[in-house]
Amino acid sequence: MPFHFERKPSLVAYVTSGDPDLATTREVILAAIAAGSSVIELGVPFSDPLADGPVIQRASERALKHGTSLDQVLKLAAEIREQSQSVGLIIFTYLNPMLQMGLEKFCKIARLAGVDGVLVTDLPVEEAAPYLAEMRKNELAPIFLAAPTSTDDRLKRIAKVSSGFVYAVSRTGVTGARKQLPEDAQTLVRRLRKYTKLPIAVGFGISTPDQFAAVGGYADAAVVGSAIVDIIERSPGKEAQSVGEFVKRLLANKP
Amino acid sequence: MATAKITSAPNKHSSTAPKSVPGRFGVYGGRYVPETLMAALEELECEYDKAKRDPKYQKRLDLLLRTYAGRPTPLFFARRLTEKLGGAKIYLKREDLLHTGAHKINNCLGQALLVERMGKHRVIAETGAGQHGVATATVCALLGFECVVYMGTEDMRRQELNVFRMRLLGTEVRGVDSGSRTLKDAINEAMRDWVTNVRTTHYLLGSVLGAHPYPTMVRDFHRVIGREARAQILKAEGKLPTAIIACVGGGSNSIGIFYDFIKDKKVQLIGVEAGGRGDQLGDHAARFRGGSPGVLQGTYSYVLQDRAGQIATTHSVSAGLDYPSIGPEHAMLKDLGRAEYIPASDQEALEATTLLARTEGIIPALESAHAVAEVTKRAPKMKKSEIVLVNVSGRGDKDIGIMREHLKIEG
Repeated sequence: MPFHFERKPSLVAYVTSGDPDLATTREVILAAIAAGSSVIELGVPFSDPLADGPVIQRASERALKHGTSLDQVLKLAAEIREQSQSVGLIIFTYLNPMLQMGLEKFCKIARLAGVDGVLVTDLPVEEAAPYLAEMRKNELAPIFLAAPTSTDDRLKRIAKVSSGFVYAVSRTGVTGARKQLPEDAQTLVRRLRKYTKLPIAVGFGISTPDQFAAVGGYADAAVVGSAIVDIIERSPGKEAQSVGEFVKRLLANKP
Repeated sequence: MATAKITSAPNKHSSTAPKSVPGRFGVYGGRYVPETLMAALEELECEYDKAKRDPKYQKRLDLLLRTYAGRPTPLFFARRLTEKLGGAKIYLKREDLLHTGAHKINNCLGQALLVERMGKHRVIAETGAGQHGVATATVCALLGFECVVYMGTEDMRRQELNVFRMRLLGTEVRGVDSGSRTLKDAINEAMRDWVTNVRTTHYLLGSVLGAHPYPTMVRDFHRVIGREARAQILKAEGKLPTAIIACVGGGSNSIGIFYDFIKDKKVQLIGVEAGGRGDQLGDHAARFRGGSPGVLQGTYSYVLQDRAGQIATTHSVSAGLDYPSIGPEHAMLKDLGRAEYIPASDQEALEATTLLARTEGIIPALESAHAVAEVTKRAPKMKKSEIVLVNVSGRGDKDIGIMREHLKIEG
C-alpha cells in the first residue's frame, strides 16, 4: 500500500472538503503536501457529525451550506492525485453518504480517482463485511479506528481486517485540540503492536509541534485535523499559505 | 435512479447479516458507532442479557413499576368518543397516568437498574418533548445518579415546563444549538458526551433507536404496555381488537403496545407519524412517506434525507415525533406489511386534542394526539362490533403552552 511513513512521525493531515469551498480545499491540500504531509485525509462533510468536536462541526456546516457532496470530494481527490503521485490519499467519511452513493459505485470511483484508502467513522469491524468486499475488489485500503476502550479481542479483529495503517484514537472523546495527550495513546499503541505489523497513526487532539513530535516516540504517524481546520477558519483569504506554514512548523520540530 | 441505489444498500448488508444476528430486524438495525463506544455497547448488551435472566432484577423492576410508576395502567372504554364517531368501540390504554406523565418511565426504570449493576454513577440522556428527560431525571433522583440531559434549544422553548421539572429534580439540562435544535441534535450531543465519558457514564437512550442493544432492550422494557392491554381487552370484551393505533416518533410506545400482538395476525397495527405542516421535505417527520433506508445515529432504518445522504430537517408541532429516523424494528414491520404507518398533520393532532378533552375529559400529549387523530378517521368506517385500541402514551400538561398558541379557545 502506498503509504510512506519515512519520517517519524509522519504527518497525516485532515481537511474538511468544501470548507470554505472546494477550490480553497484544493489549494490547502497542495500546500500541505508541499510542506511535507505524507497522507491527506479528505473529510466528507456530514449533517450529523457525532464523532466530531465543534471545530469540525462548524467546518462541515460551512461546507454543506453550498452543498459539498461525496461526488465532489472524489473529483477533488482525482485532481490532487494528478498533482501528486506520492502522497497517500484517504477519504474520511461517515457511513451514510457512502451508502447512498452505493458501496460498489463509491469504491470504483475512488479507485479511479487514485484514492488509496478509506476510513468510515461510524463503521465498526462487525458491520464492515460488505464494505470490505468492495474495498478489496478495488484494492483500496480499509483503515479502521482503534480506541483506548477497545478490548484486546476487538484490537485483534481490527488489526486483522485493516490494511495501509491503523488509526489509534488517542483518547475517548470527539475530535479537537487538547492541551495534553493522555497516557491512553501510548498504552493503546503498545497493545495494538501485539496484533499488527502495519504502521500505526495516532490521532485526536494533536495540535502543537511538541505534541506532534512526542508521537514519534511510539508511533509511525500523527494525524492533525481540527488544528488545521481551525487555521482555515481563522485565515480567510490566505488559508493555503497559513496551513502550509503550520505544517512546516509541525515538521520542523525534530523529535 | 436514487431509489434503486438506495435499496441496493440494505441487500449488501443483509448478505452478511443473517436474521438471527442480535440487533438485526431483517436488514435493519445494527451497530454503526465509532469504535470508542463499541466496548460499552458490548458491556451493556451482556449486562442486559444477564439481568433478563436474573429473577432478583426482574422482581425489583416489577416492584418499582407497580409501586413507583403506577402499573398496570387502566384500559378505559371511551364511551362518548365511540358514540360521537359512530363506529368501532374505542378503548384507551392510559400510559398518560403513569408517574412523570408518559410511558417513558418504563424504560428509564429498566435501564436505571442496569446502571446500578454496571457500577456507573453518571447518566446522560437526550430528550425531545422532555418526557424522556423528565423520566430520566426522575429515576436518577430515585437512585442517586448524577444526570445530564441534552435538549435542543427549540424544544427547550416549546417544552419549557419539562425543562423546569428536570431542573427541579436535580438534573442539568444542556441546551443544544446545532442543526434544527431538536431531538436529532440532542442525540448527537449526547453521543459526543458518551464517547468522551464512556468509562463512567451510561447513555440512557429514550427510544427504540440507536445501536444494538438499544432498540431491542428499550422495546422489551415497553412490552408491558401490550402485554397488559392484551389481557385487559380479552377480559373486557372476550376478543382481540381489530386495530391498535399508536403514534411513532422513534417508536417506543408503539412497539411497546404492538409487540405482544404481532403474532395475532388479524390485529391491524397502525403507527401514526408526524405529518407536520405539509409534504415537502423539512415540513414533516413522516419517514415512511418521504424517507429511504440509511444510517443515522447508530442504526440502519428509514431516514429523511437528500440524495447525497445528508439528513433532512423535520417539523412537527409535537417535539416527541420531530425526528428524521424511526426505530429499525418498525422499518422491518413496514417492509413485511405487518404494520401500517400513516401521517397525521399538526392541525389534525390539535383538533384531536380538543375532541378527546371534550368527550372524555382527557388531555393527551400532542404526540399521542396524532394517534387519536387517526382513530377519528378510522373508527367511523368500522363496524360497531369492532374494537380499536389507542395508546394514549402521555398526558398533555407539557403542551398547554403550544395548545394555547394554536387553539382558539374562548373565555
